[in-house]
Amino acid sequence: MIHVKNLHKYFGKLEVLKGVDADIKEKEVVVVIGPSGSGKSTFLRCLNKLEEATSGEIEIDGIPLNNDDTNINAIRREVGMVFQRFNLFPHMTALENIMLAPMKVRKLTREEAEKTARELLRKVGLEEKANVYPDALSGGQQQRVAIARALAMRPKIMLFDEPTSALDPEMVGEVLSVMKDLAREGMTMVVVTHEMGFAKEVGDRVLFMDEGIIMEQGNPEQLFSNPQNPRTQAFLSKIL
Amino acid sequence: MDWQLIIKSLPVLLKGAVLTIELTAAAVAIGTIIGLVMAMLRLSKRKVMSWPAAIYVDFFRGTPLLAQIYLIYFGAPQVLHFTPPDSYAYIAGIIALSLNSGAYIAEIFRAGIKSIDRGQSEAARSLGMTQGEAMWNVILPQAFKRVVPPLGNEFIAMLKDSALVSVISIEELLFSGKIIAGRTFKPFEIYIAVAMIYLVMTLTISQVVNYMERRLAKSDSR
Repeated sequence: MIHVKNLHKYFGKLEVLKGVDADIKEKEVVVVIGPSGSGKSTFLRCLNKLEEATSGEIEIDGIPLNNDDTNINAIRREVGMVFQRFNLFPHMTALENIMLAPMKVRKLTREEAEKTARELLRKVGLEEKANVYPDALSGGQQQRVAIARALAMRPKIMLFDEPTSALDPEMVGEVLSVMKDLAREGMTMVVVTHEMGFAKEVGDRVLFMDEGIIMEQGNPEQLFSNPQNPRTQAFLSKIL
Repeated sequence: MDWQLIIKSLPVLLKGAVLTIELTAAAVAIGTIIGLVMAMLRLSKRKVMSWPAAIYVDFFRGTPLLAQIYLIYFGAPQVLHFTPPDSYAYIAGIIALSLNSGAYIAEIFRAGIKSIDRGQSEAARSLGMTQGEAMWNVILPQAFKRVVPPLGNEFIAMLKDSALVSVISIEELLFSGKIIAGRTFKPFEIYIAVAMIYLVMTLTISQVVNYMERRLAKSDSR
């Protein structure tokens, strides 16, 4: 589903990604962990070309990203993204936030888009907040609306960029529970997070990134209880 | 102080004031369209797009409006080889004021667009919207709200600057005053009256802008 080969990314002279290889299968839930500055968010943002790779190959569903003939907007329709800072559109209600892209990009009618949007709000437990503006929602609620907004495009892949890092602790659970449901339904997910409990519970695979490469990877059980790389050991000893 | 004269002159002065408002409204309306287009061009990553816009803005903000008026009224017919029709003064006046206003409004829009958090356009793009769709549906509606107060200020500035087209015999407020003052040899009374009419107009507009600002602030803290 996602194929990454020898991905390099420079910001000016700073090399943030130094050759990342990854293959992610359909319905796989991959959790990316690592210290800040390790390049994990950059890696994720390269997957929908919010950051352009400096060199290397990325293929989404068999389509190469760094090809002039590739319509990036067509790929982004299939790849949902959830941001640390939610990034809801503040001038629109929760419902309108979810309806916008299906109407403008997928060309659904207002009725169709609204029906889907209401279903998704129900799914994330915010049916009664349909007509509320983002600034009247808590962080956890905003993030759940943001997840619903991404799902409204019926994506094949969902990318999560530290979705709970900007939340008050008591709101982390409600967002993780929506993500867990999604994982159980078979969504292909790449999640950058510090929530090790989430990784253990629903992660199929954990990638540990440091200094711009994937230092170690494996199933959560094995990686958390018996890390091989000294960097992984040092990182895990700090956060577990 | 010849009050009689002021009262007698009022109808002519007010007629001039109406033209002043019309010129200003036309200039700011056309300037808003020019400004929006120029702001978008200037924000483009492609130099062929951003450079002409930058040159336009620099030129019209960096040279005197009076020079721009002369350039368009006297200069344009010369280089473009046309005989100006009778109404050319009005056309040239509106063109000059619009182009000048457009340069300032371009900067207002540019600042407004840039003030919107990057995450907004990233979220829109990540949903598959094109740059244009993201701009139109997500960025501009938010930016418009923020540019209302500076646009109001630009309107006030343009209302005052529009007096400069009196040099090409457009009978707006200042020109009307000049005619009467020259005929009656009572410049003090007339120019005080002219100044007061400008003051009433600018104060009224700033009240309207304040009101709109408060309303927008209210809808922001919804």
